Amino acid sequence: MTAVMEKADAQPKAGEIPSFDVTIKVRRFNPEGDAAGESHWDEFRITAYGTDRVLDALHKIKWEHDGSLTFRRSCAHGVCGSDAMRINGRNRLACKTLLKDINPQRPITVEPIKGLPVVKDLVVDMEPFFASYREIMPFLITKGNEPTKERIQSAEQRERFDDTTKCILCAACTSSCPVFWTDGQYFGPAAIVNAHRFIFDSRDEGAQQRLEILNDKEGVWRCRTTFNCTEACPRGIEVTKAIQEVKRAMITRAF
Amino acid sequence: MSGATHGTPAVAERVGTLDAPRSPYVRKRTTRGNYELYSWVFMRASGVVLVVLVFGHLFVNLMVGEGVKAIDFAFVGGKWSSPFWQIWDLLMLWLAMIHGTNGLRTIINDYAERDVTRGVLKGLLYLAFTIVVVLGTLVIFTFEPCPVGADPELLASFCTA
Repeated sequence: MTAVMEKADAQPKAGEIPSFDVTIKVRRFNPEGDAAGESHWDEFRITAYGTDRVLDALHKIKWEHDGSLTFRRSCAHGVCGSDAMRINGRNRLACKTLLKDINPQRPITVEPIKGLPVVKDLVVDMEPFFASYREIMPFLITKGNEPTKERIQSAEQRERFDDTTKCILCAACTSSCPVFWTDGQYFGPAAIVNAHRFIFDSRDEGAQQRLEILNDKEGVWRCRTTFNCTEACPRGIEVTKAIQEVKRAMITRAF
Repeated sequence: MSGATHGTPAVAERVGTLDAPRSPYVRKRTTRGNYELYSWVFMRASGVVLVVLVFGHLFVNLMVGEGVKAIDFAFVGGKWSSPFWQIWDLLMLWLAMIHGTNGLRTIINDYAERDVTRGVLKGLLYLAFTIVVVLGTLVIFTFEPCPVGADPELLASFCTA
């Protein structure tokens, strides 16, 4: 009987855009209400379309159901790196994940990224993450007189570090790393990726300093090559490979 | 636009803890040095050597000649009277113990969240390492293949000669 009814319902009117209902489970923390360290799940049921991303679902919740839901987003097009979150247990950008791609038949869980202190709901304190980014000196270091024109680089020399220039500092990789979760002392994949971007840049002369900084007890040697970071990166950077290349540079430097 | 909802807070089941906001989470100090580099290289090198040593050991003990049935006091006594096997077994003992201890050390570093837990576990690990290595080394070098008054049937052939 129900099958017949469903069939009747499923008849789309002319020109109607097909839609589906989806349950979103958000892990929430309110610093003004909840005791420190306590969080809870809130469920919302919304109607979505095939073109809707997780970010659209969060917008719909915030704008139509619960205005207190808190999350970061800026460009909403996968470039600014503000809205990395743990969706169905994996780190992704909410603005790059289509609802229809992550099985909307079952509730979709949305949590803040792991390993960084939660400020409210899906917003985490990114300061420890940026602190280790700053430590690797992510700027051009040169010696001698500045050239009167631009610093020349061949296409091959540019290609050497092309992959790691794509980083948008969303912290999806660092907060997917089990070594980072434990005590947050590890530099993290993002810092190493950004060091790699300068270490292998032919125009840069600070490679030795950066290798020295990362040759730390909490530096590249804590990488266990679990490939979580490579899997999490929304820009498709081969993060683990970059870390291994930095390791190799250190070994050839030492022997 | 949105369909049926049970809008605002539906379930408020308590789930695991989240880090308190702005908990101090800064790298404690820089710990630069080549120690981790050498330990990383050692793990690779000792691993390769151990493959040769361990499979050589298994082959000689279990496959050559009579095979596993040959192993008794006399067999071990005979092996350890030769400096070649003494050094082979010593290398195997030391490399395996350092390799394994270093592996466990990194696992403790990765998973222990509190400094006290980490310290205690590492202390126990290093104690176990010291006992096994000292005892093993002592046995390899002070082993007496021909104890006085033992049944000559059980001893290596060169004892009675």
